[in-house]
Amino acid sequence: MPNYTLYINGKERSVTADADTPLLWILRDELNLVGTKFGCGIAQCGACTVHIDGVAIRSCQMQVSILDDVKITTIEGLSADGKHPVQEAWKEIDVPQCGYCQSGQIMTASAFLEENKNPSEEEIREAMHGNICRCASYNRIEKAVKVAADKMS
Amino acid sequence: MKFQNKNNFSRRNFLKTSVLAGGGMLIGFNLLTACKPDAEMPVDIENLNFNDFNAFIKISDEGYVTIFSPNPEIGQGVKTSMPMIIAEELNVEWSKVNVVQGVLDTKNYKRQLAGGSQSIRFGWDALRQTGATTKQMLVNAAAIKWNVNANTCKASKGIITNSNGDKLGYGEVVKEAALLEVPEDVKLKKVSEYTIIGQEIVNVDIDKIITGKPLFGLDYKAEGMLYASVLRPPSFGQKLESFDATKAKKVAGVIDVITIGDKVRNFVKAGKNNWTFKLSETDKVVVIATNTWAALKGKKALSAVWVTDTKLESTQDHDKILTKVLDGKKQNIRREDGDVHKAFSKADRVIEKTYHSPFLPHNCMEPMNFYANVTAEKVHLVGPVQTPEYAASVVADMLGYDIDKVSLEMTRMGGGFGRRLYGDFVYEAAEISNAIKKPVKVISSREDDMTTGIYRPSIKYRIKASIKDGKVTGYHLKEAAVGGNMYGLIPNFFPAGCIPNYKVETGNYRGNITTGAWRAPYTNFLAFAEQSFFDELATELNIDTIQLRLDLLQNVKGTSDKSIQYSGQRMEDTIKLVREKANWGKTKDGVYQGFSAYYSHNTHVAEIAEIELKDGFPVIKKVVVAVDCGVVVNPTGARNQVEGGVLDGIGHAMYADFSFKDGKPSDRNFDTYRLIRMQETPKVEVHFVENELSPTGLGEPGLPPAGGAVANAINAALGKRMYSQPFVKELNDSSILS
Ligand code: FES
Ligand code: FES
Repeated sequence: MPNYTLYINGKERSVTADADTPLLWILRDELNLVGTKFGCGIAQCGACTVHIDGVAIRSCQMQVSILDDVKITTIEGLSADGKHPVQEAWKEIDVPQCGYCQSGQIMTASAFLEENKNPSEEEIREAMHGNICRCASYNRIEKAVKVAADKMS
Repeated sequence: MKFQNKNNFSRRNFLKTSVLAGGGMLIGFNLLTACKPDAEMPVDIENLNFNDFNAFIKISDEGYVTIFSPNPEIGQGVKTSMPMIIAEELNVEWSKVNVVQGVLDTKNYKRQLAGGSQSIRFGWDALRQTGATTKQMLVNAAAIKWNVNANTCKASKGIITNSNGDKLGYGEVVKEAALLEVPEDVKLKKVSEYTIIGQEIVNVDIDKIITGKPLFGLDYKAEGMLYASVLRPPSFGQKLESFDATKAKKVAGVIDVITIGDKVRNFVKAGKNNWTFKLSETDKVVVIATNTWAALKGKKALSAVWVTDTKLESTQDHDKILTKVLDGKKQNIRREDGDVHKAFSKADRVIEKTYHSPFLPHNCMEPMNFYANVTAEKVHLVGPVQTPEYAASVVADMLGYDIDKVSLEMTRMGGGFGRRLYGDFVYEAAEISNAIKKPVKVISSREDDMTTGIYRPSIKYRIKASIKDGKVTGYHLKEAAVGGNMYGLIPNFFPAGCIPNYKVETGNYRGNITTGAWRAPYTNFLAFAEQSFFDELATELNIDTIQLRLDLLQNVKGTSDKSIQYSGQRMEDTIKLVREKANWGKTKDGVYQGFSAYYSHNTHVAEIAEIELKDGFPVIKKVVVAVDCGVVVNPTGARNQVEGGVLDGIGHAMYADFSFKDGKPSDRNFDTYRLIRMQETPKVEVHFVENELSPTGLGEPGLPPAGGAVANAINAALGKRMYSQPFVKELNDSSILS
């Protein structure tokens, strides 16, 4: 199996894997970064969202072989201390129910807020529409994104 | 942990204390025994050792309190709220409390609690008593030190004081306290004295969740662990004939391809099954690999031949069967008051409607998975399951191990919704590990999860009511279900006791599709049917739909009928609260309201949905909810549960479509199976009825009324009644929009 060097959370990581292995499974199985979750495997739920060069991307769709010169950030690397404004807002609003979808939600929200510092309610709802929360914590996600936006501006 | 030998017991509270060798005091108690209404006291309490307990409180020399809870979290917040109740009576600051999920195994923890709507209700008294008893022991120890009467001492925020102005922290008296007699009669606080209960306490696992720490079953790893993906029949009712693994074995990372099935099947054949084992009647092909991707890819590369020895079922057949069951005479009478048939024959008018629901998959966000390590000596199981004790006992039986040799650790669960009550994935993991004699984790893809599920039964309700002199005189509900009927006490929910002639009958067809509990089992659809029907009755009677409910409820107030499950008064108060908070009937133009109320899981809930029309299509804007769940232990957690339940109810009522063709599920993943998403989500506003009654469940009761509230709002807007789910299908089929 070929060897790949990835740049993840500010560190170079080397992995041996089949070329078509999705980043999601590289993170989870090879690198022990299990914060990125598996929900559907077909780009429908957003549980596996990471940042690639700052953009929210579904890691279940990204083959390891094409990721050699990009910067990857996962939930574990979003902040050094869990105090990214989005994480803080998630805590303040007590968003999670089962919690499984939430790292994907946080990664989507944090990339979105980098682009749009002062989003309207409609924009938030549109930005978060792609992330399924089976527990339907949507009211709180919406509120938390607003709170995070206030913290970031 | 190491203990000193001297232990103390309380017979009444089933609690035991000990000095910890490393410092501090340990209190052992039984959360599940505590949480069962009529728990049996073990006969030989003196001989219990700490392994017989499943929950512990540790108070350190510094006064820090650690609550070891065996309680797995499925998203209902009990891992936070149950310790809050202990801390309240213990009189410690919440900031000094740390909640840890104990490492669990069935050997050492015989009685495990799987969480759920009932945990708080059953645990309320015992948790308070555990906290209060412990506090009293600390106070007693301080009193002895000071040589004063304990009655003159007080404890607050972890500090004991006396009338002389002396002070001792809990940590300073733990050693002495642990050796004292356990007091039997402790005084519990009044609701007005609460300082922790009723506070907004954030989920205890929040930091781990927001930083992506391993918490869930899917995150669990062990040394040398392999990954397994299981190929099951594509259609319900099929069995494995043969398979070809040549291509699969060529996939990089695939180690082996095996079959399993014998162990579970023998277990089932021995008559020890329950019918959810239907999934286990065939052999399955298992791909073993070094990583998840290889396992999933290997499974795709398999080819298999499946045979059919029964008729493969389709939704169309089910539809006909259900109608036949409704028309037939062979029903079970579940409750009968008066004489409905007489009432119908004497009526001015008789109204009859039929409601239909599809099968539903659970779609927990975390797909089913489990870890097993079967060695010659023992079996170790790890993962998310709501029935750990049962699952471990099946594995022991199935593989021929003594139950003492089987341990099971629970992880946090990425959703349950009833799916994780069934341990099919645990047995698979155990059977695979047994075959390969290596630690292994079974992982379902979303497709596996959705197509080999344990579905909510498909149901039809036929409801008939008679009207005489402007009153509802008779009510007859028939249930026909594919795969299981309503259970136990449901026939005694509203409107039982409100209508003099009342009858509930059920009939069942058992087919090939595996069915089981789905969040708020049965009432999730029953409430929609009944609450839509009452709305229609109100129109017939030309009376306000809320007023109709309130009028009916007067008949059940003060009833002497002990079988009636709900309270007429509490339901009335709940309905009045939602009516006021939602400004019922006073909305602006273009906003349409729908009302629904339902009692389930010991909690009374009333909801008013508001919709607006966009291009003629209803958009749900807001749902106002009133809930009577007694004392609200943790308002933020409680609201979160209700919000989730309401949206779950709405999402499935609006969009969830699932069917079978020749035994094959119609949907495999979220590309075609529609779950509610952010832009379809209304605002949910939750109000609690304030009272001092014991707390009741919240994980489920918010769900059942939601579908009816939306359906009735749709009728208010479009003049069109919803008789089947999902509503989008009804609306698209209707002439209104075409
Ligand atoms: S797992 Fe990648 S989008 Fe669902
Ligand atoms: S919190 Fe459970 S899926 Fe979102």
